[in-house]
Amino acid sequence: MQAIAFYLLAFVTLAAGILVVSARNPVHSVLFLITAFFSAAGLFVLLGAEFLAMLLIVVYVGAVAVLFLFVVMMLDVDFEELRKGFAQYLPIGGLVAGVLTLEMIFVAATVANNGKAGQNANPMASPEGVSNTEAIGRVLYTDYAFFFQLAGLVLLVAMIGAIVLTLRHKPGVRRQNIADQVARSPKTGMELVQIKPGEGISE
Amino acid sequence: MSEFFSNPAVTWTLLTTGGILLVVIWVLLSLAFLLLADRKIWAGVQMRKGPNVVGPFGLLQSFADFFKFVLKEIIIPAGADKVVFILAPLLSLVLAFVGWAAIPFAPGWVVSNLNVGILYLLAMSSLGVYGIIMGGWASNSKYPFLGALRSAAQMVSYEVSIGLIIITVILLAGSMNLTTIVEAQSGWFWNWNVFGGGLRNLVLLPVMVIAMGMFYISALAETNRPPFDLPEAESELVAGYQVEYSSTPYLLFMVAEYSNIVLMCAMISVLFFGGWNPGFPTDFLVSWGWWGNFFLALVFFAKICFWFFMIAMAKAIVPRYRYDQLMRLGWKVFLPTSLVLVVLVAAWRVFGPGA
Repeated sequence: MQAIAFYLLAFVTLAAGILVVSARNPVHSVLFLITAFFSAAGLFVLLGAEFLAMLLIVVYVGAVAVLFLFVVMMLDVDFEELRKGFAQYLPIGGLVAGVLTLEMIFVAATVANNGKAGQNANPMASPEGVSNTEAIGRVLYTDYAFFFQLAGLVLLVAMIGAIVLTLRHKPGVRRQNIADQVARSPKTGMELVQIKPGEGISE
Repeated sequence: MSEFFSNPAVTWTLLTTGGILLVVIWVLLSLAFLLLADRKIWAGVQMRKGPNVVGPFGLLQSFADFFKFVLKEIIIPAGADKVVFILAPLLSLVLAFVGWAAIPFAPGWVVSNLNVGILYLLAMSSLGVYGIIMGGWASNSKYPFLGALRSAAQMVSYEVSIGLIIITVILLAGSMNLTTIVEAQSGWFWNWNVFGGGLRNLVLLPVMVIAMGMFYISALAETNRPPFDLPEAESELVAGYQVEYSSTPYLLFMVAEYSNIVLMCAMISVLFFGGWNPGFPTDFLVSWGWWGNFFLALVFFAKICFWFFMIAMAKAIVPRYRYDQLMRLGWKVFLPTSLVLVVLVAAWRVFGPGA
């Protein structure tokens, strides 16, 4: 059962990964990327890391990939234009791809030589009766609390940076101020005037 | 033959498949009548009669609608991306139904008793946005696309506050398992999370009532229900992401939408109102055996119906939000408020008497 599930999910992940780069339509690429994320989450579940699997779906699939899709859908991509640059970018693209392939081969060879992935990096066995989530929480908020907080701060700085770069208050744009609207009362918003017949109002 | 059935893997598969079938049929049947109830409530508020022709009191209206949808021709626009166009409603429907797998209906009556059930529900409801985006984009038309973009931004925004509110419940129950969360609220009604989860935590009552209210409003936004139905705002976008859909694909979108709404009702009941717990000690049910479970499932169903009524009333009496107001509410009001609620509940759990 587990083996079938593993091979199915692994196949879907790899196939979706290949289709991400080979699909003609960028929106289809993103959809395949989402498929890859989703089946990767399935692989996490098979490993017994259900908490990570759910976080992967909530954070990457549910939020980040939606914004990806959002942006890619609004792009107006001209494929002829893209193909023109193919020969120009081939050397640098090939170089990057070659370096990455070499690195992966080295890693795979090391793992094959040692018998298993990194002898010193044995996964920590979670104590009996402690759920996945609890085990991660215990490590994250004790031994690695500093790094955890630091990572959060880095994200906060990035977020504030993005807001500062894009926030512009144009003069002359009327914005809704809900507090002002709520504070409006008959006294401030209305004036009762007694008019004598035939006179009208002068300002 | 008997050997085949005594194999534990086969038994497990058969039992799970049976459970899934039961839940799907139950959800579909309840949807048929809840949909009618929705229309009747809406009609009642506007002093109309609502559907009353098909069957007694119009009870068979949903089935008539079903056949009408299924028997019509499926029209796929010439410029549409055909695969994605058909895939979108299917995906919506599947994602709307898989969420039910983690919902506990009565003690032991749950398809999959996940350790991270609450996260699973959050994940599945956050995936629901893909059906809408894909449908809107694949239609290759302006209004559906605008609707899809609106719904993408809206659902992502309100997920944040839903996630934070769920954290307060997780902190109170000390678990992400939905069955454990429900069992933690057993006994008298003051053990429900909306009352702070027990007399000792009664100080948390205002905090949890606010959390419950915010969860209710966020659920409306997450399921694209009025007053937050901007993705399909008929006065601006014709029908939003559904404009180009007809016949069965449209039906699938609609069933998915209502299934999501009922799922949200079930979530409010489980997280804040004790799930299957009727609000008084249920020790007398032990002698009832199987019927005891049935009674508890009925209690759960009654709570779902109550919350569905609340959502239907919101549709009937609240005017639609403007998009900037919706975003303002989500990011400037709900996000900070729910963060403060999480801090308050966490502080009580660490420094309070129960620590």
